[in-house]
Amino acid sequence: MAPSKILDALSRWPVARQLRDGDWTALAGPARSPRTEALAPRTERADRVVRSVCPYCAVGCGQLVYVQDERITDIEGDPDSPISRGCLCPKGAATFQLVTGSHRVKTVLYRGPYGTSWETIPLERAMDMVAERVKAAREATWEERRADGPPLHRTMGLAHLGGATLDDEENYLIKKLFTALGVVQIENQARI
Amino acid sequence: MIQGSNMAECHPVGFRWVMEAKARGAKVVHVDPRFTRTSAVADLHVPLRAGSDIAFLGGLVRYILEEDRWFRDYVVHYTNAAALVSEDFRDTEELDGLFSGWDAESGHYDPSSWAYEGAPASVPTAHRETATGQPGPERSKHRKPSRTDPTLQHPRCVFQVLRRHFARYTPEMVEEVCGVPRALFLRVAETICANSGRERTTAFCYAVGWTQHTIGVQYIRTAAILQLLLGNVGRPGGGILALRGHASIQGSTDIPTLYNLLPGYLPMRKAQADGGLAAYLERNTAETGWWHEFPKYAVSLLKAWFGAAATAVNDYLFDALPAIDGDHSHMAMVAAMADGKVKGYFLMGENPTVGSMHGGLQRAALRKLDWVVVRDFAVTESAEDFWREAPEEVETEVFFFPCAAHTEKDGTFTNTQRLLQWHHKAVEPPGDCRSELHFMLHLGRRLKALYAGSTDAKDRALQALTWDYPTVGPYEEPDAAAVLAEINGYRVADGAPVAGFGELAADGSTACGCWIYSGCCAGGENGPARRRPAGEQSWVAPDWGWAWPANRRLLYNRASADPEGRPWSERKRYVWWDEAAGRWTGHDAPDFPVDRAPSYRPPRGARGVAAIGGADPFVMQSDGRGWLFAPNGLLDGPLPTHYEPQESPIENPLYPQQRNPARLEWRRRDNPYHRAAGDPRYPYVLTTYRLTEHHTAGAMSRWLSWLAELQPELFCEVSPELAAEKGLAHGGWATISTARTAIEARVLVTRRLPAIRLKGGVVHQIGLPYHWGSKGRVRGDAANELIGFVADPNVSIQESKALTADIAPGRRSRSA
Repeated sequence: MAPSKILDALSRWPVARQLRDGDWTALAGPARSPRTEALAPRTERADRVVRSVCPYCAVGCGQLVYVQDERITDIEGDPDSPISRGCLCPKGAATFQLVTGSHRVKTVLYRGPYGTSWETIPLERAMDMVAERVKAAREATWEERRADGPPLHRTMGLAHLGGATLDDEENYLIKKLFTALGVVQIENQARI
Repeated sequence: MIQGSNMAECHPVGFRWVMEAKARGAKVVHVDPRFTRTSAVADLHVPLRAGSDIAFLGGLVRYILEEDRWFRDYVVHYTNAAALVSEDFRDTEELDGLFSGWDAESGHYDPSSWAYEGAPASVPTAHRETATGQPGPERSKHRKPSRTDPTLQHPRCVFQVLRRHFARYTPEMVEEVCGVPRALFLRVAETICANSGRERTTAFCYAVGWTQHTIGVQYIRTAAILQLLLGNVGRPGGGILALRGHASIQGSTDIPTLYNLLPGYLPMRKAQADGGLAAYLERNTAETGWWHEFPKYAVSLLKAWFGAAATAVNDYLFDALPAIDGDHSHMAMVAAMADGKVKGYFLMGENPTVGSMHGGLQRAALRKLDWVVVRDFAVTESAEDFWREAPEEVETEVFFFPCAAHTEKDGTFTNTQRLLQWHHKAVEPPGDCRSELHFMLHLGRRLKALYAGSTDAKDRALQALTWDYPTVGPYEEPDAAAVLAEINGYRVADGAPVAGFGELAADGSTACGCWIYSGCCAGGENGPARRRPAGEQSWVAPDWGWAWPANRRLLYNRASADPEGRPWSERKRYVWWDEAAGRWTGHDAPDFPVDRAPSYRPPRGARGVAAIGGADPFVMQSDGRGWLFAPNGLLDGPLPTHYEPQESPIENPLYPQQRNPARLEWRRRDNPYHRAAGDPRYPYVLTTYRLTEHHTAGAMSRWLSWLAELQPELFCEVSPELAAEKGLAHGGWATISTARTAIEARVLVTRRLPAIRLKGGVVHQIGLPYHWGSKGRVRGDAANELIGFVADPNVSIQESKALTADIAPGRRSRSA
């Protein structure tokens, strides 16, 4: 190797740069290299950034969802939010794992009477089965009037308990459809 | 003042603003049995016995009254302090801890003696109005008091009633009931008084530490009395702030998936009091105040649901709605299930065998079903534990549907400030994961098809139901914006969105799915999706999301100005009367008829909104006043009273009446209680709580390695004294038992949960977080297994925050 090349290599050696710059903590120039100069957060490569809201507690922190190739690559706090000014707590900061994690089940599972395990069934068939069971339960338990006269016009054979991460629009359809079916036992985490 | 909440750990980003306020000079007081991270940064931490908060707050009420620290102009003009109460009313002082109207046989109060003098009695509009079996007027008879005494001297005026009621809540009594030393109590009292008045305001923050009691509603009532006496309601920096725990738990209350309500806090149809639409409207329409508008909201809801099929001739299909005739709330419904009365159950994003009370009874109920549908990210304890132990004995079919995440669907969450925020879909859900919106729409389509040919009257509502929501994308996902547009409301003639509930009508010309949300899509704009950056708008930030009602960020903000409409002080300027313009104006949308002058006095016989005087800020109330004394609406008394929890190791030091007489019990073999205060089997007080790193029943946290690693295992907090007494080793195992069952946890010996010293001796307390279960990446026993079915009568919320337990070293028996 030519001496000039050796000198050049030595001059790029971080220790030499530390000595030359007097940067004893190595927190400035010597910490940089062509490779680190080329590094960029994956958020910069996102195809789009989608505005969202944290799904955990009710503070309602703003979230920015970064999407690349139709996959979520990161979720960060939204600095524009007057509520959270870019902050997320430990749970909010784990939202990326909540929505992309390997724990998520992606097929419909069914456990039959006295069954010892789950089986996978198609979504459409499962929806049909549930609809048929709703009708059967409703038919079997319809109450038109109480024995002493007052109208009931309902079924006590069906019940619902919802979590409080459901959207307003979802709660609206739940209440609307179940009430029209005559279901009154409609409850939510909000009672708990 | 943070009480009944560990805000720093449970609402960390919201707590940031508490710290900002502290940096600007605010004092932070934390009243809580445990010393937590909230206490660590507070100016003052006050440990008290779990379940004794009404005694503490009642002590503050008495202090403010007796030391003459109340805000006279506010109290005289904005509260019902001057109203005269019925001659028939008798207070707990006269009846050994009961109010007049108690019927021991039925276990209910007859609230008629609590009314204002000369006002007719009315059935409470609260939760269990139907359980009392009394048909009759609800809001319709609410009206202004017939007599007042603005000097507040009449012995039957609310102010004097209040003074007598709280007379026994002395600092000495606070010390005896709560275990808070007199000097520490007086420091809190001085701090809140010094920070209230024209120039300063005090805010109260609470969470389920106040609600999960057999007397929980009255905890919040006591805070309301305090804040009204101090003039801290409707003013910036004031209020009583419910720190709710889930992204849209406020939304699921407003658009209620709750049995007793229709959207916008309209009551459900009631069997005992039925008489069709006319009777429903008559009963619920207040003579005076904003609830006079009730028919507009009810008819518009029926139009939204039943569309063209709903006409004036058929009472807008009101008779097609089901009727309630008792308590059908969560615990009542699970008890009915355990008795074999329910066939099918939907659990949508809810894991009750861990997150609700009494896991054993919850599992027993699931075993009695024909089928259950569970929708969640992964198979939860509620989907599997109940059949896994003995599958051959459990017939219940289980359907598990994987759900879409919030990033995979459009929609709104309503946060703890009533703020609606739209979250946009980022990507399509994977595999068969779908939103609940998708599930409901397609279930509804199938059921409509199954019932298409029916001529049975019971199927009329389903057939008439408007259900033609447009769908988008490859999975026929319903367009959430179309659902929100229906919630906002529209003119029936041309489908144009209404600008707000002021445009709704009772003649069938408008449709609206939830009147309090009306205006969120005014002009066709998606209000909840608005995102003007915080730095580009005022500190009130009205252009970020949309708050109900009418984008008002602070309720009852007329009270931020004095009776003449001037700010109480420059420092606390918020909403005021602009005399030149003849309008209310300010930093926020005024919560008042915008052109009603402060000098307006309603003419005799005025009805509805016209009956709201120009200086009556509380427009939803029949008298426009903040209620120190609640003449109706509550089932367990017009004033808060300290009662011991259902399970308590001590006798009530204040009254011979030990517990809330109107509490709800479920007396059944599978739900035993520890009844006697002197019974030595369960000598300690148990309280449950949450951690920063986990979310409620764990379905959104225990499966995530990042969070599971941070909090891997259930533990219990005990004081060094209790550890010594019971031989508990730090880091070792303990078994905690209640009358229901026993669980095991690692022991954390800490001074953070101090023993409480009372006159009669020391009360030890045990703290338990409740996030664990049998599944997920980190597993452990669920604390809620220990909790019984017992509830507040007004809202049917269980008592998780104060009960009795025993603790012993070692692991629990495997057969338990």
